[in-house]
Amino acid sequence: MASHSVTLRHHFENAEQQKDASTIGMWMFLVTEIMFFGGLFMAYIAYRGAYPEAFAAGSEKLNIVYGTINTLVLICSSLTMAMAVHSAAVGKKKMIVLFLILTLILGGVFLGIKAVEYHDKYVGHEIPGVNFHPEIDGHPNVAVQNVSLYFALYFGMTGLHAMHMIVGVGMISFLIFKASRGAYTAEWHTPVELFGLYWHFVDIVWIFLFPLLYLIDLHQGR
Amino acid sequence: MSNHPDHIVPVRVYIFVFLALMVFTVLTVYAATIDLGRYNIVLALVIACIKASLVIMFFMHVYYSSKLTKAIVIAGLCTLMILFFFTLTDLATRGALQGTTDWVGVPGR
Repeated sequence: MASHSVTLRHHFENAEQQKDASTIGMWMFLVTEIMFFGGLFMAYIAYRGAYPEAFAAGSEKLNIVYGTINTLVLICSSLTMAMAVHSAAVGKKKMIVLFLILTLILGGVFLGIKAVEYHDKYVGHEIPGVNFHPEIDGHPNVAVQNVSLYFALYFGMTGLHAMHMIVGVGMISFLIFKASRGAYTAEWHTPVELFGLYWHFVDIVWIFLFPLLYLIDLHQGR
Repeated sequence: MSNHPDHIVPVRVYIFVFLALMVFTVLTVYAATIDLGRYNIVLALVIACIKASLVIMFFMHVYYSSKLTKAIVIAGLCTLMILFFFTLTDLATRGALQGTTDWVGVPGR
């Protein structure tokens, strides 16, 4: 356990206690994040319940192919992140860097596709604001301001999610830099592991955003 | 490895969870194209909950974590359920006072 003396802070009994404290701290943060996104999900549920037709009309404007590809990309990035943590735990230093870079690339692909989607929304006048006039001719009974509500929630929720991805991409770049210098060993790789928790959390948020925003009105035809 | 504090999760677990997530994603997209009426939402959310549970339990190692970590995760999810449950009981029943099933309590309505 000699290597522990390098990274064990003096106020901890042993490496296990130090790691438990860090893990619990990260989970406390993630729990606040659950409530942070939870408020937006609650707003979505409340307004969807009030204006289901308008939400269906808004949902119809999304591109299922982009959404599905992004979901698959994010799941792949979760696998590569889990593999980065695993590589760290078994002490394969080069594999940590490789898997972190793969995760970074997949995160970038997700954000790129998201940017294309946002651009499509911009071109289609589907961003709430002065130029908001989406094509909802197929829904004569739907008020345009209620469709605006759907898109406000769409941009609020996916925007906040994308912001978390951008923060994650920043942090992962730092981790790649440190990992390439061999900072993380089998004995101590807490930053990689805790960042993994954050990355998987962001994946979970998307797991719920995808069906709620893209899928649940699909069966009504488009 | 005997003095190591970590529980090292085997790679095959990650691969299995990954494949399950992929299958469930394809399944949820396919299920969304079938008209199940109001049960489309239920099915989509059930699949999403299964996917999220797989990620939390295995990718996030909660299955292998200490009881304190498990308690924090469960407490967090319960707090979210309190938010959903009490808001929904209000929204779903307020219209009954006015003889309607509409969600009249939503601001702007």
